Amino acid sequence: MDFINAILVLLNYTIIPALTYGSQLALGAIFVTLIYGILRFANFATGDMMSFGTMFAVLLTYYFQSLGINLGIFPTALITIPFATFMMILYMLSIDKFVFEYYRIKKSPPVQLAMVSVGVMFVTQAIIRIIIGPADRTFLDGQKFILKASEFKEMTGLNEGLTIKSTQAITIVITMIAVSIMFWFLNRTKTGTSMRAYSDNEDLALLSGIDPKRVVLITWIIAGILATIGGILYGLDKSYRPFVYFNNMLPIFAAAIVGGIGNPFGAFLGGYVIAFAEIFLTYAYKKFFTYILPEALEPNSMMQLLSTDYKFAVSFSILVIVLLFRPSGIFKGKTL
Amino acid sequence: MAFFEGNKMTAGYGSGPDIINSCSINADKGEIVAILGPNGAGKSTAMKAMLGLLNLKSGSVLMDGKNISSLSPQDRVKAGISFVPQTRNVFADLTVRENLEVGAFLRSDDINKVIEEIYELFPILNEKRSQKVGQLSGGQRQQVALGRALMIRPSVLMLDEPTAGVSPIVMDELFDHIIKVKETNVAIIMVEQNAKQALSISDRGYVLVTGENKFEGSGNELLNDPEVRRSFLGA
Repeated sequence: MDFINAILVLLNYTIIPALTYGSQLALGAIFVTLIYGILRFANFATGDMMSFGTMFAVLLTYYFQSLGINLGIFPTALITIPFATFMMILYMLSIDKFVFEYYRIKKSPPVQLAMVSVGVMFVTQAIIRIIIGPADRTFLDGQKFILKASEFKEMTGLNEGLTIKSTQAITIVITMIAVSIMFWFLNRTKTGTSMRAYSDNEDLALLSGIDPKRVVLITWIIAGILATIGGILYGLDKSYRPFVYFNNMLPIFAAAIVGGIGNPFGAFLGGYVIAFAEIFLTYAYKKFFTYILPEALEPNSMMQLLSTDYKFAVSFSILVIVLLFRPSGIFKGKTL
Repeated sequence: MAFFEGNKMTAGYGSGPDIINSCSINADKGEIVAILGPNGAGKSTAMKAMLGLLNLKSGSVLMDGKNISSLSPQDRVKAGISFVPQTRNVFADLTVRENLEVGAFLRSDDINKVIEEIYELFPILNEKRSQKVGQLSGGQRQQVALGRALMIRPSVLMLDEPTAGVSPIVMDELFDHIIKVKETNVAIIMVEQNAKQALSISDRGYVLVTGENKFEGSGNELLNDPEVRRSFLGA
Protein backbone atom coordinates (compact mmCIF):
# COMPACT_ATOMS: atom_id res chain seq x y z
CA MET A 1 0.00 0.00 0.00
CA ASP A 2 2.68 2.45 1.06
CA PHE A 3 4.58 1.70 -2.09
CA ILE A 4 1.58 2.57 -4.28
CA ASN A 5 1.06 5.71 -2.25
CA ALA A 6 4.69 6.67 -2.80
CA ILE A 7 4.36 6.16 -6.55
CA LEU A 8 1.20 8.25 -6.56
CA VAL A 9 3.01 11.07 -4.78
CA LEU A 10 5.68 11.01 -7.47
CA LEU A 11 3.13 10.86 -10.28
CA ASN A 12 1.14 13.72 -8.84
CA TYR A 13 3.91 16.12 -8.02
CA THR A 14 6.69 15.24 -10.46
CA ILE A 15 5.91 12.97 -13.39
CA ILE A 16 2.64 14.42 -14.63
CA PRO A 17 3.70 18.06 -14.16
CA ALA A 18 7.05 17.30 -15.80
CA LEU A 19 5.37 15.68 -18.81
CA THR A 20 3.16 18.75 -19.15
CA TYR A 21 5.92 21.28 -18.69
CA GLY A 22 8.19 19.18 -20.92
CA SER A 23 5.63 19.24 -23.73
CA GLN A 24 5.41 23.02 -23.53
CA LEU A 25 9.20 23.32 -23.60
CA ALA A 26 9.45 20.81 -26.42
CA LEU A 27 7.21 22.91 -28.67
CA GLY A 28 9.33 25.99 -27.98
CA ALA A 29 12.55 24.04 -28.48
CA ILE A 30 11.39 22.69 -31.84
CA PHE A 31 10.67 26.29 -32.84
CA VAL A 32 14.22 27.33 -31.90
CA THR A 33 15.75 24.36 -33.65
CA LEU A 34 13.76 24.79 -36.89
CA ILE A 35 14.71 28.46 -37.15
CA TYR A 36 18.31 27.59 -36.37
CA GLY A 37 18.43 24.71 -38.87
CA ILE A 38 16.87 26.57 -41.79
CA LEU A 39 17.41 30.28 -41.20
CA ARG A 40 20.68 29.67 -39.35
CA PHE A 41 20.43 31.93 -36.35
CA ALA A 42 19.49 31.65 -32.68
CA ASN A 43 16.17 33.46 -32.38
CA PHE A 44 16.15 35.36 -29.10
CA ALA A 45 12.63 36.57 -29.80
CA THR A 46 11.34 33.00 -29.32
CA GLY A 47 9.81 33.55 -25.87
CA ASP A 48 8.12 36.79 -26.77
CA MET A 49 6.87 35.44 -30.07
CA MET A 50 5.19 32.63 -28.12
CA SER A 51 3.73 35.25 -25.82
CA PHE A 52 2.55 37.27 -28.81
CA GLY A 53 0.58 34.33 -30.21
CA THR A 54 -0.86 33.53 -26.79
CA MET A 55 -2.01 37.12 -26.39
CA PHE A 56 -4.40 36.64 -29.32
CA ALA A 57 -5.70 33.44 -27.79
CA VAL A 58 -6.43 35.32 -24.55
CA LEU A 59 -8.16 38.23 -26.29
CA LEU A 60 -10.19 35.95 -28.55
CA THR A 61 -11.17 33.75 -25.61
CA TYR A 62 -12.62 36.82 -23.87
CA TYR A 63 -14.35 37.78 -27.10
CA PHE A 64 -15.85 34.35 -27.65
CA GLN A 65 -16.94 34.21 -24.02
CA SER A 66 -18.71 37.54 -24.45
CA LEU A 67 -20.53 36.07 -27.46
CA GLY A 68 -21.46 33.05 -25.40
CA ILE A 69 -19.43 30.66 -27.53
CA ASN A 70 -17.74 27.90 -25.59
CA LEU A 71 -16.62 24.31 -25.86
CA GLY A 72 -18.47 22.94 -22.84
CA ILE A 73 -16.07 21.02 -20.68
CA PHE A 74 -13.08 22.04 -22.84
CA PRO A 75 -11.42 25.44 -22.58
CA THR A 76 -12.70 28.03 -25.05
CA ALA A 77 -9.06 28.80 -25.86
CA LEU A 78 -8.92 25.65 -27.99
CA ILE A 79 -11.20 27.24 -30.64
CA THR A 80 -8.94 30.27 -30.72
CA ILE A 81 -5.84 28.25 -31.70
CA PRO A 82 -6.37 28.54 -35.48
CA PHE A 83 -7.04 32.29 -35.29
CA ALA A 84 -4.17 32.99 -32.92
CA THR A 85 -1.85 30.87 -35.07
CA PHE A 86 -2.93 32.81 -38.13
CA MET A 87 -2.17 36.16 -36.49
CA MET A 88 1.14 34.84 -35.25
CA ILE A 89 2.20 33.62 -38.70
CA LEU A 90 1.17 36.95 -40.17
CA TYR A 91 3.30 38.74 -37.60
CA MET A 92 6.29 36.46 -38.15
CA LEU A 93 6.14 36.76 -41.90
CA SER A 94 6.00 40.54 -41.76
CA ILE A 95 8.92 40.59 -39.31
CA ASP A 96 10.78 38.31 -41.68
CA LYS A 97 9.92 40.49 -44.65
CA PHE A 98 10.88 43.80 -43.03
CA VAL A 99 13.74 42.70 -40.80
CA PHE A 100 15.33 39.28 -41.26
CA GLU A 101 15.14 39.10 -45.06
CA TYR A 102 17.44 42.09 -45.43
CA TYR A 103 20.17 40.40 -43.38
CA ARG A 104 19.59 37.05 -45.07
CA ILE A 105 20.10 38.52 -48.55
CA LYS A 106 23.19 40.35 -47.30
CA LYS A 107 24.39 36.97 -45.98
CA SER A 108 25.08 38.48 -42.57
CA PRO A 109 26.84 36.22 -40.06
CA PRO A 110 24.56 34.30 -37.65
CA VAL A 111 25.68 36.41 -34.68
CA GLN A 112 24.40 39.52 -36.39
CA LEU A 113 21.04 37.88 -37.06
CA ALA A 114 20.87 36.78 -33.42
CA MET A 115 21.43 40.38 -32.34
CA VAL A 116 18.75 41.51 -34.77
CA SER A 117 16.40 39.01 -33.14
CA VAL A 118 17.11 40.67 -29.78
CA GLY A 119 15.79 43.86 -31.36
CA VAL A 120 12.73 41.99 -32.59
CA MET A 121 12.29 40.70 -29.04
CA PHE A 122 12.15 44.25 -27.59
CA VAL A 123 9.73 45.40 -30.26
CA THR A 124 7.52 42.35 -29.68
CA GLN A 125 7.52 42.99 -25.94
CA ALA A 126 6.51 46.60 -26.56
CA ILE A 127 3.66 45.57 -28.86
CA ILE A 128 2.40 43.10 -26.25
CA ARG A 129 2.59 45.80 -23.58
CA ILE A 130 0.57 48.17 -25.76
CA ILE A 131 -2.09 45.65 -26.77
CA ILE A 132 -2.71 43.67 -23.59
CA GLY A 133 -0.48 45.12 -20.85
CA PRO A 134 1.72 43.26 -18.41
CA ALA A 135 -1.02 42.01 -16.07
CA ASP A 136 -1.54 38.38 -15.13
CA ARG A 137 -4.65 36.91 -16.79
CA THR A 138 -6.45 33.61 -16.51
CA PHE A 139 -8.30 32.47 -19.58
CA LEU A 140 -8.97 28.87 -18.64
CA ASP A 141 -12.62 27.88 -18.54
CA GLY A 142 -14.48 24.59 -18.87
CA GLN A 143 -13.89 21.70 -16.54
CA LYS A 144 -10.74 22.14 -14.46
CA PHE A 145 -10.07 18.55 -13.43
CA ILE A 146 -10.34 15.25 -15.22
CA LEU A 147 -9.64 13.38 -12.03
CA LYS A 148 -9.87 14.97 -8.60
CA ALA A 149 -7.83 13.76 -5.65
CA SER A 150 -10.91 13.28 -3.51
CA GLU A 151 -12.68 11.21 -6.19
CA PHE A 152 -9.62 9.08 -6.67
CA LYS A 153 -9.27 8.45 -2.95
CA GLU A 154 -12.91 7.44 -2.76
CA MET A 155 -12.56 5.09 -5.73
CA THR A 156 -9.42 3.34 -4.55
CA GLY A 157 -9.39 3.82 -0.79
CA LEU A 158 -5.75 4.93 -0.93
CA ASN A 159 -4.26 7.66 1.24
CA GLU A 160 -2.88 9.62 -1.67
CA GLY A 161 -5.08 11.02 -4.39
CA LEU A 162 -4.23 11.28 -8.05
CA THR A 163 -5.06 14.60 -9.65
CA ILE A 164 -5.12 15.12 -13.37
CA LYS A 165 -5.86 18.66 -14.43
CA SER A 166 -7.61 18.99 -17.77
CA THR A 167 -4.86 21.37 -18.94
CA GLN A 168 -2.30 18.66 -18.31
CA ALA A 169 -4.15 16.11 -20.39
CA ILE A 170 -4.88 18.65 -23.12
CA THR A 171 -1.24 19.76 -23.23
CA ILE A 172 0.11 16.25 -23.60
CA VAL A 173 -2.47 15.15 -26.18
CA ILE A 174 -2.21 18.28 -28.34
CA THR A 175 1.59 18.23 -28.21
CA MET A 176 1.69 14.62 -29.33
CA ILE A 177 -0.68 15.34 -32.22
CA ALA A 178 1.11 18.51 -33.33
CA VAL A 179 4.57 17.00 -33.09
CA SER A 180 3.53 13.79 -34.90
CA ILE A 181 2.06 15.81 -37.76
CA MET A 182 5.22 17.89 -37.95
CA PHE A 183 7.49 14.84 -38.10
CA TRP A 184 5.28 13.22 -40.67
CA PHE A 185 5.50 16.40 -42.74
CA LEU A 186 9.29 16.71 -42.41
CA ASN A 187 10.03 13.07 -43.12
CA ARG A 188 7.35 11.95 -45.53
CA THR A 189 6.46 14.84 -47.82
CA LYS A 190 8.37 16.33 -50.71
CA THR A 191 8.33 19.79 -49.15
CA GLY A 192 9.54 18.36 -45.83
CA THR A 193 12.39 16.54 -47.55
CA SER A 194 13.34 19.72 -49.38
CA MET A 195 13.48 21.54 -46.03
CA ARG A 196 15.77 18.91 -44.57
CA ALA A 197 17.91 19.03 -47.70
CA TYR A 198 18.14 22.82 -47.47
CA SER A 199 19.15 22.59 -43.83
CA ASP A 200 21.76 19.93 -44.61
CA ASN A 201 23.47 21.51 -47.62
CA GLU A 202 22.15 24.85 -48.79
CA ASP A 203 24.26 25.16 -51.95
CA LEU A 204 23.40 21.72 -53.25
CA ALA A 205 19.73 22.34 -52.46
CA LEU A 206 19.84 25.44 -54.63
CA LEU A 207 21.56 23.46 -57.40
CA SER A 208 18.75 20.91 -57.17
CA GLY A 209 16.21 23.63 -57.87
CA ILE A 210 14.82 24.05 -54.34
CA ASP A 211 13.37 27.54 -53.91
CA PRO A 212 14.90 29.07 -50.76
CA LYS A 213 12.04 31.59 -50.38
CA ARG A 214 9.49 28.81 -50.17
CA VAL A 215 11.57 26.88 -47.65
CA VAL A 216 11.85 29.97 -45.44
CA LEU A 217 8.12 30.67 -45.73
CA ILE A 218 7.15 27.15 -44.76
CA THR A 219 9.61 27.14 -41.88
CA TRP A 220 8.01 30.25 -40.40
CA ILE A 221 4.56 28.74 -40.83
CA ILE A 222 5.43 25.47 -39.09
CA ALA A 223 7.43 27.25 -36.40
CA GLY A 224 4.54 29.69 -35.91
CA ILE A 225 2.01 26.91 -35.44
CA LEU A 226 4.17 25.10 -32.88
CA ALA A 227 5.14 28.23 -30.97
CA THR A 228 1.55 29.46 -30.71
CA ILE A 229 0.30 26.10 -29.54
CA GLY A 230 3.14 25.83 -27.03
CA GLY A 231 2.46 29.32 -25.74
CA ILE A 232 -1.29 28.80 -25.41
CA LEU A 233 -0.84 25.49 -23.61
CA TYR A 234 1.61 27.05 -21.19
CA GLY A 235 -0.74 29.98 -20.59
CA LEU A 236 -3.72 27.69 -20.00
CA ASP A 237 -1.77 25.57 -17.58
CA LYS A 238 -0.19 28.38 -15.55
CA SER A 239 -2.13 31.59 -16.45
CA TYR A 240 -1.01 34.16 -18.99
CA ARG A 241 1.72 36.45 -17.71
CA PRO A 242 3.11 38.07 -20.88
CA PHE A 243 6.69 38.41 -19.74
CA VAL A 244 7.15 35.03 -18.13
CA TYR A 245 7.69 33.68 -21.64
CA PHE A 246 10.89 35.64 -21.83
CA ASN A 247 12.21 33.72 -18.79
CA ASN A 248 11.18 30.44 -20.34
CA MET A 249 13.68 30.99 -23.09
CA LEU A 250 16.46 29.64 -20.90
CA PRO A 251 14.94 26.15 -20.49
CA ILE A 252 13.77 26.26 -24.12
CA PHE A 253 17.25 26.99 -25.45
CA ALA A 254 18.70 24.44 -23.05
CA ALA A 255 16.27 21.86 -24.45
CA ALA A 256 17.17 22.70 -28.04
CA ILE A 257 20.90 22.48 -27.30
CA VAL A 258 20.64 19.30 -25.23
CA GLY A 259 18.82 17.72 -28.16
CA GLY A 260 21.47 18.90 -30.60
CA ILE A 261 20.56 22.22 -32.14
CA GLY A 262 19.04 21.80 -35.59
CA ASN A 263 17.61 18.39 -34.74
CA PRO A 264 13.82 18.62 -34.15
CA PHE A 265 13.49 15.17 -32.64
CA GLY A 266 16.34 15.96 -30.27
CA ALA A 267 14.65 19.22 -29.31
CA PHE A 268 11.43 17.34 -28.63
CA LEU A 269 13.16 14.90 -26.26
CA GLY A 270 15.32 17.72 -24.88
CA GLY A 271 12.18 19.47 -23.66
CA TYR A 272 11.36 16.49 -21.45
CA VAL A 273 14.97 16.05 -20.30
CA ILE A 274 15.02 19.65 -19.04
CA ALA A 275 11.54 19.48 -17.51
CA PHE A 276 12.22 16.25 -15.63
CA ALA A 277 15.60 17.51 -14.44
CA GLU A 278 14.13 20.78 -13.19
CA ILE A 279 11.27 19.13 -11.38
CA PHE A 280 13.12 16.10 -9.99
CA LEU A 281 15.89 18.26 -8.59
CA THR A 282 13.63 20.82 -6.97
CA TYR A 283 10.91 18.55 -5.59
CA ALA A 284 10.72 18.00 -1.81
CA TYR A 285 10.74 14.22 -1.39
CA LYS A 286 9.77 14.15 2.30
CA LYS A 287 6.33 12.65 1.73
CA PHE A 288 7.68 10.10 -0.72
CA PHE A 289 10.31 8.83 1.71
CA THR A 290 7.83 8.80 4.54
CA TYR A 291 5.87 6.22 2.58
CA ILE A 292 8.69 3.96 1.44
CA LEU A 293 11.08 4.06 4.41
CA PRO A 294 10.37 2.32 7.71
CA GLU A 295 9.14 4.66 10.46
CA ALA A 296 12.48 4.77 12.26
CA LEU A 297 14.22 6.24 9.22
CA GLU A 298 11.58 8.80 8.47
CA PRO A 299 13.21 11.98 7.25
CA ASN A 300 12.74 15.12 9.25
CA SER A 301 14.03 17.54 6.63
CA MET A 302 12.21 18.47 3.42
CA MET A 303 14.49 16.14 1.40
CA GLN A 304 14.71 18.81 -1.26
CA LEU A 305 17.94 19.08 -3.24
CA LEU A 306 17.35 22.62 -4.44
CA SER A 307 14.76 25.25 -3.71
CA THR A 308 12.29 25.73 -6.57
CA ASP A 309 13.72 29.23 -6.94
CA TYR A 310 16.75 27.52 -8.48
CA LYS A 311 14.69 25.90 -11.22
CA PHE A 312 16.40 27.95 -13.91
CA ALA A 313 19.81 27.21 -12.43
CA VAL A 314 19.13 23.57 -13.25
CA SER A 315 18.51 24.28 -16.94
CA PHE A 316 21.45 26.62 -16.99
CA SER A 317 23.76 23.98 -15.48
CA ILE A 318 22.57 21.35 -17.94
CA LEU A 319 23.16 23.82 -20.75
CA VAL A 320 26.72 24.49 -19.60
CA ILE A 321 27.50 20.82 -18.96
CA VAL A 322 26.22 19.79 -22.40
CA LEU A 323 28.14 22.58 -24.11
CA LEU A 324 31.31 21.53 -22.29
CA PHE A 325 31.15 17.78 -22.76
CA ARG A 326 28.87 17.10 -25.68
CA PRO A 327 28.56 20.32 -27.71
CA SER A 328 26.73 18.61 -30.54
CA GLY A 329 23.99 17.63 -28.09
CA ILE A 330 22.99 14.30 -26.60
CA PHE A 331 21.10 13.37 -29.75
CA LYS A 332 23.62 14.85 -32.23
CA GLY A 333 22.46 17.87 -34.09
CA LYS A 334 23.25 20.34 -36.83
CA THR A 335 20.61 19.49 -39.40
CA LEU A 336 16.91 18.70 -39.55
CA MET B 1 28.15 23.56 -83.85
CA ALA B 2 28.12 21.50 -80.67
CA PHE B 3 25.16 20.83 -78.38
CA PHE B 4 26.62 22.72 -75.41
CA GLU B 5 29.05 25.55 -76.04
CA GLY B 6 30.92 28.10 -74.02
CA ASN B 7 32.26 30.65 -76.49
CA LYS B 8 35.12 33.01 -75.74
CA MET B 9 34.14 33.26 -72.08
CA THR B 10 35.84 35.92 -69.95
CA ALA B 11 34.98 35.97 -66.25
CA GLY B 12 36.36 36.48 -62.75
CA TYR B 13 35.13 36.64 -59.16
CA GLY B 14 33.44 39.88 -58.14
CA SER B 15 35.47 42.87 -59.26
CA GLY B 16 38.74 40.89 -59.13
CA PRO B 17 40.94 40.08 -62.11
CA ASP B 18 39.72 37.86 -64.93
CA ILE B 19 40.41 34.22 -64.17
CA ILE B 20 39.44 32.92 -67.58
CA ASN B 21 40.15 34.83 -70.71
CA SER B 22 38.36 34.20 -73.98
CA CYS B 23 38.10 30.54 -73.09
CA SER B 24 36.01 28.23 -75.28
CA ILE B 25 34.73 24.79 -74.35
CA ASN B 26 32.11 22.71 -76.06
CA ALA B 27 30.60 19.26 -75.78
CA ASP B 28 28.20 17.13 -77.76
CA LYS B 29 25.71 14.60 -76.46
CA GLY B 30 27.26 11.20 -75.82
CA GLU B 31 30.70 12.68 -75.41
CA ILE B 32 33.06 13.02 -72.45
CA VAL B 33 35.11 16.19 -72.47
CA ALA B 34 37.90 16.68 -69.97
CA ILE B 35 39.18 20.07 -68.84
CA LEU B 36 42.76 19.79 -67.68
CA GLY B 37 45.49 22.12 -66.65
CA PRO B 38 47.78 23.12 -63.83
CA ASN B 39 46.52 24.55 -60.53
CA GLY B 40 44.99 27.98 -60.91
CA ALA B 41 44.47 27.55 -64.65
CA GLY B 42 40.78 28.41 -64.31
CA LYS B 43 39.34 24.92 -64.91
CA SER B 44 36.69 25.11 -62.23
CA THR B 45 36.06 28.76 -63.05
CA ALA B 46 35.33 27.86 -66.66
CA MET B 47 32.86 25.26 -65.46
CA LYS B 48 31.21 27.66 -63.03
CA ALA B 49 30.87 30.21 -65.79
CA MET B 50 29.07 27.67 -67.96
CA LEU B 51 26.77 26.90 -65.02
CA GLY B 52 25.95 30.53 -64.40
CA LEU B 53 27.52 30.58 -60.93
CA LEU B 54 29.49 33.60 -62.05
CA ASN B 55 28.69 36.30 -64.54
CA LEU B 56 30.41 36.47 -67.89
CA LYS B 57 32.13 39.72 -68.74
CA SER B 58 32.09 38.72 -72.37
CA GLY B 59 31.40 35.66 -74.44
CA SER B 60 28.33 33.44 -74.36
CA VAL B 61 27.00 30.05 -73.34
CA LEU B 62 24.82 28.26 -75.87
CA MET B 63 22.75 25.15 -75.43
CA ASP B 64 21.17 23.51 -78.43
CA GLY B 65 21.82 26.76 -80.35
CA LYS B 66 19.99 28.92 -77.79
CA ASN B 67 21.84 31.58 -75.84
CA ILE B 68 21.44 30.78 -72.13
CA SER B 69 24.05 33.26 -70.85
CA SER B 70 21.47 35.27 -68.92
CA LEU B 71 19.77 32.32 -67.16
CA SER B 72 20.29 31.80 -63.41
CA PRO B 73 21.89 28.53 -62.26
CA GLN B 74 18.46 27.28 -61.16
CA ASP B 75 17.00 27.97 -64.57
CA ARG B 76 19.90 26.20 -66.22
CA VAL B 77 19.13 23.18 -64.03
CA LYS B 78 15.58 23.33 -65.36
CA ALA B 79 16.98 23.52 -68.89
CA GLY B 80 18.80 20.21 -68.25
CA ILE B 81 22.27 21.11 -67.04
CA SER B 82 23.27 19.16 -63.96
CA PHE B 83 26.29 19.80 -61.81
CA VAL B 84 28.20 17.70 -59.29
CA PRO B 85 30.39 19.94 -57.12
CA GLN B 86 33.75 18.71 -55.91
CA THR B 87 32.96 18.86 -52.20
CA ARG B 88 29.73 18.69 -50.23
CA ASN B 89 28.00 17.15 -53.21
CA VAL B 90 25.53 14.98 -51.27
CA PHE B 91 22.99 15.54 -48.49
CA ALA B 92 24.81 13.66 -45.76
CA ASP B 93 21.89 13.57 -43.33
CA LEU B 94 19.39 12.28 -45.86
CA THR B 95 19.04 8.70 -47.00
CA VAL B 96 20.24 7.58 -50.42
CA ARG B 97 16.69 7.53 -51.72
CA GLU B 98 15.91 10.96 -50.31
CA ASN B 99 19.02 12.32 -52.02
CA LEU B 100 17.66 11.04 -55.31
CA GLU B 101 14.21 12.47 -54.55
CA VAL B 102 15.70 15.90 -53.88
CA GLY B 103 17.61 15.61 -57.14
CA ALA B 104 14.25 15.22 -58.87
CA PHE B 105 12.76 18.18 -57.00
CA LEU B 106 11.93 19.99 -60.23
CA ARG B 107 10.12 17.01 -61.77
CA SER B 108 6.42 16.75 -61.19
CA ASP B 109 5.92 13.39 -62.93
CA ASP B 110 6.36 9.97 -61.38
CA ILE B 111 9.98 9.74 -60.31
CA ASN B 112 9.95 6.07 -59.34
CA LYS B 113 10.91 5.05 -62.86
CA VAL B 114 13.91 7.36 -62.90
CA ILE B 115 14.96 6.10 -59.48
CA GLU B 116 14.80 2.53 -60.80
CA GLU B 117 17.02 3.56 -63.72
CA ILE B 118 19.54 5.08 -61.33
CA TYR B 119 19.50 1.90 -59.23
CA GLU B 120 20.22 -0.08 -62.38
CA LEU B 121 23.15 2.18 -63.19
CA PHE B 122 24.48 2.11 -59.61
CA PRO B 123 23.28 -1.15 -58.03
CA ILE B 124 24.94 -0.34 -54.70
CA LEU B 125 22.53 2.56 -54.22
CA ASN B 126 19.58 0.20 -54.33
CA GLU B 127 21.19 -1.93 -51.65
CA LYS B 128 21.84 1.11 -49.41
CA ARG B 129 18.71 3.05 -50.30
CA SER B 130 17.49 3.65 -46.76
CA GLN B 131 20.90 4.36 -45.28
CA LYS B 132 22.06 7.86 -44.49
CA VAL B 133 24.59 9.02 -47.07
CA GLY B 134 26.89 10.28 -44.32
CA GLN B 135 27.52 6.64 -43.38
CA LEU B 136 28.62 5.56 -46.87
CA SER B 137 32.18 5.25 -48.18
CA GLY B 138 33.75 7.90 -50.39
CA GLY B 139 33.16 5.98 -53.62
CA GLN B 140 29.56 5.25 -52.72
CA ARG B 141 28.98 8.90 -51.91
CA GLN B 142 30.29 9.90 -55.32
CA GLN B 143 27.77 7.50 -56.86
CA VAL B 144 25.01 9.13 -54.82
CA ALA B 145 26.26 12.52 -56.05
CA LEU B 146 26.16 11.30 -59.66
CA GLY B 147 22.76 9.71 -59.15
CA ARG B 148 21.33 12.88 -57.65
CA ALA B 149 22.58 14.90 -60.62
CA LEU B 150 21.10 12.40 -63.09
CA MET B 151 17.61 12.56 -61.58
CA ILE B 152 16.51 15.42 -63.81
CA ARG B 153 17.64 13.35 -66.82
CA PRO B 154 20.07 16.07 -67.80
CA SER B 155 21.38 16.54 -71.30
CA VAL B 156 24.56 18.08 -69.92
CA LEU B 157 26.38 16.77 -66.84
CA MET B 158 29.25 18.75 -65.34
CA LEU B 159 31.60 17.06 -62.89
CA ASP B 160 34.09 18.99 -60.79
CA GLU B 161 36.95 16.62 -59.95
CA PRO B 162 34.79 13.52 -59.47
CA THR B 163 37.77 11.41 -58.40
CA ALA B 164 39.34 13.84 -55.94
CA GLY B 165 40.21 12.02 -52.74
CA VAL B 166 39.15 8.51 -53.73
CA SER B 167 41.43 5.48 -53.99
CA PRO B 168 42.74 4.32 -57.42
CA ILE B 169 40.41 1.29 -57.42
CA VAL B 170 37.38 3.46 -56.68
CA MET B 171 38.58 5.89 -59.32
CA ASP B 172 38.50 3.19 -62.01
CA GLU B 173 35.06 2.16 -60.85
CA LEU B 174 33.84 5.76 -60.99
CA PHE B 175 35.21 6.23 -64.49
CA ASP B 176 33.33 3.10 -65.54
CA HIS B 177 30.16 4.66 -64.17
CA ILE B 178 30.85 7.91 -65.99
CA ILE B 179 31.21 5.98 -69.24
CA LYS B 180 27.88 4.27 -68.55
CA VAL B 181 26.28 7.67 -68.06
CA LYS B 182 27.78 8.90 -71.31
CA GLU B 183 26.18 5.95 -73.11
CA THR B 184 22.76 7.29 -72.09
CA ASN B 185 23.42 10.16 -74.53
CA VAL B 186 24.49 12.82 -72.05
CA ALA B 187 27.15 15.44 -72.75
CA ILE B 188 29.69 15.17 -69.94
CA ILE B 189 32.20 17.86 -69.09
CA MET B 190 34.62 17.12 -66.28
CA VAL B 191 37.44 18.94 -64.59
CA GLU B 192 40.14 16.48 -63.56
CA GLN B 193 43.46 16.40 -61.74
CA ASN B 194 44.19 12.80 -62.73
CA ALA B 195 44.94 13.89 -66.27
CA LYS B 196 46.16 10.60 -67.74
CA GLN B 197 43.24 8.53 -66.48
CA ALA B 198 40.76 11.24 -67.40
CA LEU B 199 42.07 11.47 -70.95
CA SER B 200 41.95 7.72 -71.36
CA ILE B 201 38.16 7.76 -71.00
CA SER B 202 37.55 11.15 -72.63
CA ASP B 203 36.60 11.68 -76.23
CA ARG B 204 38.17 15.10 -76.21
CA GLY B 205 40.15 17.24 -73.85
CA TYR B 206 41.07 20.87 -73.31
CA VAL B 207 44.21 22.00 -71.58
CA LEU B 208 43.86 25.43 -70.00
CA VAL B 209 46.77 27.57 -68.94
CA THR B 210 46.23 30.90 -67.15
CA GLY B 211 42.63 30.93 -68.21
CA GLU B 212 43.19 30.38 -71.92
CA ASN B 213 42.85 27.39 -74.20
CA LYS B 214 46.36 26.05 -74.69
CA PHE B 215 45.79 22.66 -76.31
CA GLU B 216 42.77 20.79 -77.44
CA GLY B 217 42.16 17.55 -79.20
CA SER B 218 40.95 14.00 -78.82
CA GLY B 219 41.98 12.06 -75.74
CA ASN B 220 44.61 10.09 -77.65
CA GLU B 221 46.00 13.11 -79.44
CA LEU B 222 46.59 14.88 -76.17
CA LEU B 223 48.00 11.77 -74.53
CA ASN B 224 50.51 11.41 -77.34
CA ASP B 225 51.31 15.09 -77.86
CA PRO B 226 54.93 15.45 -76.72
CA GLU B 227 54.49 18.97 -75.38
CA VAL B 228 51.36 18.10 -73.39
CA ARG B 229 53.10 15.02 -72.07
CA ARG B 230 56.11 17.00 -70.99
CA SER B 231 54.26 19.83 -69.31
CA PHE B 232 51.20 18.16 -67.82
CA LEU B 233 51.41 14.42 -67.80
CA GLY B 234 54.85 14.25 -66.25
CA ALA B 235 56.26 11.77 -68.72
